[in-house]
Amino acid sequence: MPFYIAIIDYEMGNLKSIFKCIKHLNADAIITDDLKEILEADGVILPGVGAFGDAMKHLKEKNLIPVLNQIVIKKKPLFGICLGQQLLFSRSSEMGEHKGLSLVEGEVIPFEISKVEKIPQIGWNSVRLLDSDNFLVEGIPNHSYFYFVHSFYSNPKNKDEIIGLTTYGDVEYCSIIGKDNIVATQFHPEKSSKYGIQIYKNFINYCRK
Amino acid sequence: MPLTKRIIPCLDVTTREGVARVVKGTKFINLRDAGDPVELGAFYDEQRADELVFLDITASSDDRNILIDMVEKTGEQVFIPFTVGGGLRTVEDIKEILRAGADKISLNTAAIQNPNLIKDSAKIFGSQCIVTAIDAKRVYVKSPEVAKNNIIIQIGEKYCWWEVYIHGGRTPTGIDAILWGIEAQNLGSGEILLTSMDKDGTHLGYDLELTHIFSEKLTIPIIASGGAGDPQHIIDVFKLGKADAALAASIFHYNEYPIGIVKEECKKSGIPMRL
Repeated sequence: MPFYIAIIDYEMGNLKSIFKCIKHLNADAIITDDLKEILEADGVILPGVGAFGDAMKHLKEKNLIPVLNQIVIKKKPLFGICLGQQLLFSRSSEMGEHKGLSLVEGEVIPFEISKVEKIPQIGWNSVRLLDSDNFLVEGIPNHSYFYFVHSFYSNPKNKDEIIGLTTYGDVEYCSIIGKDNIVATQFHPEKSSKYGIQIYKNFINYCRK
Repeated sequence: MPLTKRIIPCLDVTTREGVARVVKGTKFINLRDAGDPVELGAFYDEQRADELVFLDITASSDDRNILIDMVEKTGEQVFIPFTVGGGLRTVEDIKEILRAGADKISLNTAAIQNPNLIKDSAKIFGSQCIVTAIDAKRVYVKSPEVAKNNIIIQIGEKYCWWEVYIHGGRTPTGIDAILWGIEAQNLGSGEILLTSMDKDGTHLGYDLELTHIFSEKLTIPIIASGGAGDPQHIIDVFKLGKADAALAASIFHYNEYPIGIVKEECKKSGIPMRL
């Protein structure tokens, strides 16, 4: 099989911009909800914009939860983006309590208006790298800016899994996660100009190995 | 390092002979085709614009496919967020533009005529991609008592409120812009694109009072628009107007003040910027 990245299609958000970013890097990608296509891919991206509960519901309906578990067991590279990053966690309190994929231990919690200026956080914020050796951030200078849009953030239980931190108002939170073959960003690399493109390049390179 | 303030060039596009074109000519000599919105968008990405806004000023549904084609191509070359607005009337219209790869859409006249369009589209696509564009114009009154149903601001010795205009600024609605902004937020809008009709095209600076009261009364981000003539105006709208983002057109298009220069000036005066 020729190399390709599977972008999981579960009806949550702008998948095309991720697709175009990967194409821009001369790699192949498919937007798919086909279990076999996802399992056979060289790397998998779990994107997502929207509400946590809806997203889990769609993943369940499409029978994608066991597939994601298998990808992790098989040590295939998995990249969660924005909501896709939050879904990796054990639970979220977005509009009620919801169980997540539990691939990373921890919870997803809301910004509080008393601690930040505006909700959602929309715009470019910087990332302080705690682990600059992680493959995902190769060639990314410390404190580079990325584009964020979110009202909730994740709080991993195991602090070793934090690759990068971002400060919004009085809150410092995890914006890049790395755990074995799983990586994830709260920001949108496909909307973060050259350093965002570099992140995809790093992911693709890792998938080629 | 905190969340940065955003600088957003706005491109007015029209459709001509089957393709999307930037309305006013731009003055970049190093561009192959300065009228091509996609090429110009990529150029602004390189210049470190934080986002882009494309406004279809013809806003004709006949030309929707041309606009969709432009959005598709923009997504292939532009790797910063971009908003598309102009003539979107239904959830279906919005879906087409978002599916083509736009990150956000902006609603103006259609949202006033049918506020539930904000609610319905925010529910389906998420608040983060629904921008409500408000064109506001000052209405001066003798005393606060004569316009009891409006939010009145005292400016010097005068009193004024802001009225919403629709149809590209041609039709007054009698609606209070601030109250409409609050309603748009409650309906699920993720951001407000706030244009001062008094200042638009003047190059005399943004309407700081308008921007400030919006920023104070609403919790969602405010994109200030209308009146930018030099970097100081942009500094003022961030510092005094409390805007989250500043949108401008001609000062960037004619290369009077390249985006990099504006951002450096802002940074020098202590405004958080992505350089």
